[in-house]
Amino acid sequence: MSALTSGGFWAFVGVVAGIYTIFALGLQLQFGFAGLLNFGHVAFMAIGAYTLAILIVKEGLSTWLAAPIAVAAAGVAGGLVLGLPSLRLRADYFAIVTIAFSEIVRYVATNEYSLTGGSQGTIALGRVGTASQYNAGWTRFQSWVQARLHLSSKDAAMLVIVWITALVLLTLVWLAVRTPWGRVLRAIREDEDAAASLGKNVGAYKLQVLALGSALAGIAGCFYAWQFSFFSPDDFEPLLTFFAWMIIILGGVGRVFAVPVGALVFGGIFAGTRFFDFAPFSYLDSADRAYVRLIVIGLVLIGLVLWRPQGLLGKRAEMVLE
Amino acid sequence: VFLQLLANGLVTGSVLAIAAVGVSVVYGILRLVNFAYGDLMAFGALVAYAFDVPLGLGMLPATLLAMVATAVLCVALDVVLWRPLRARRAGFMSLFLASIGLALVLRQALLLAAGPQPREYEVDPYKVYVLGSVRLSEAQFVAIIVAAGAIAAIGVFLSRTTLGRTMRAMADDRVLAAVAGVDVGRVIVATWVLAGLLAGLAGVLAGLVQTTFDPNFGFQLLLPIFAAVVLGGIGSAYGALAGGLALGIAMELSTWPVLFGGVDPVYKPVVAFAVLAAALLVRPQGLFGRARVV
Repeated sequence: MSALTSGGFWAFVGVVAGIYTIFALGLQLQFGFAGLLNFGHVAFMAIGAYTLAILIVKEGLSTWLAAPIAVAAAGVAGGLVLGLPSLRLRADYFAIVTIAFSEIVRYVATNEYSLTGGSQGTIALGRVGTASQYNAGWTRFQSWVQARLHLSSKDAAMLVIVWITALVLLTLVWLAVRTPWGRVLRAIREDEDAAASLGKNVGAYKLQVLALGSALAGIAGCFYAWQFSFFSPDDFEPLLTFFAWMIIILGGVGRVFAVPVGALVFGGIFAGTRFFDFAPFSYLDSADRAYVRLIVIGLVLIGLVLWRPQGLLGKRAEMVLE
Repeated sequence: VFLQLLANGLVTGSVLAIAAVGVSVVYGILRLVNFAYGDLMAFGALVAYAFDVPLGLGMLPATLLAMVATAVLCVALDVVLWRPLRARRAGFMSLFLASIGLALVLRQALLLAAGPQPREYEVDPYKVYVLGSVRLSEAQFVAIIVAAGAIAAIGVFLSRTTLGRTMRAMADDRVLAAVAGVDVGRVIVATWVLAGLLAGLAGVLAGLVQTTFDPNFGFQLLLPIFAAVVLGGIGSAYGALAGGLALGIAMELSTWPVLFGGVDPVYKPVVAFAVLAAALLVRPQGLFGRARVV
């Protein structure tokens, strides 16, 4: 139980919740405002993280140059590779094609050893026999922030950086959806044909939203890479996309500042189930308890859909899942 | 080599086809893209394993029992989950998300109950059937025969029996079917029974063909199955049959060295999606789906 009271553990939970906030914000933009059923969101987090690590290790770029390129790569992938072919599809087909796309990205990352290090992950990015690191530049920045703000630990510095970034991005999205651009998005969500008949180029709006949401996932991917200093294709399973869905539904669909609320509640549930060490859970070993955690997550998702589809903060009138 | 790959493709394709029909009828009748279907297959495969190996009943009774058990599970899930959601008039989105939650619960429950270790059915791996230049293992041979029988039975059921016709009518136009006096509740139960039987059978066959399997394997099979369903046009049962066979053959033939040197076998699932993407660009509604009329 000691971890329950340790600050380090909760700082870690806070950092992860911040990364999830940025990740789920992209999905909120795509689904909550434009009604796009993206079930392959994790692919763009993977593209962001891998582009960052590959550019630093293989091309020798600095973190500050690699990160914007990584974010742009995720955005372009979202807009063009996924968006162009699939916009013609009906919503249910689109949902399935997006899951497929995210699995293809994971397959490629697992099997293209020379590009991504394969299933061994980023440690195998460089020459054979050397353990590659891409994190030196970031760690220096983290220490600098820690020293400037007189923080007690690097985790605390990371917490500050992630949440400042998240709040800036949340504010930008909040402002964006208040513009005429944002109103067109909501019009598309409510009735695509009506929006098109008013002369709005529905396809172009959808592409922009796919690209922007994917770029947000790319930013989350960079932070993921920085936070864990190592990752492998297994970190980008479809499960992560479903976590993002749960976060926006927990918080409330179609509300920007519901995303951090959902992410914090979700992070609390996910971290809290780690402390299932009372009976009857104490009879289980740690692997079995991991299964129980995911069962709880699955039951929460089903319960939300059944009893509170508008989420904690959602307006039922504006957005009930249909 | 070509004929051998074609035979392997038929084996893969017929397992895909059986599973795809199950997904497709559920979608057609209930408008539910069932993300938990792969895990229902894993459930069937594990039940059959429990009857086959520890209890020593033999493969045939074990398979039948597994199919029945999966069907019972499907009907039970309908009562506790899908019926309340229908009563709330849940749409595509809610149903899909609920099925994702259900998939998580089912898979982790299977892992919890059965453990993550791989297992295999008691079949003789060295027994080989030779037909000309084609060699099939006993498991493949059995799978292809059973699948052919099942596909024929599904075809007869959908086209010749009243219940099958009613199901297709309801998939086509639910309101019209209800007006015509179809007992909607009864058809839904029948749909779940059919989907469960098919999921159980497909799970056992997939486990046989792969030789070893674990509780996670259903989810890995799910995406090619979805690809087959979409290729055929969501909700069209015949389309799903054709889509499954076509994708299975495409996946195996893609490794044929004569075609562009052959694709690395690890990319077989990617091939399934490449075929799907190409087909959807030409026909966005799927091969057998109807174009949207606005």
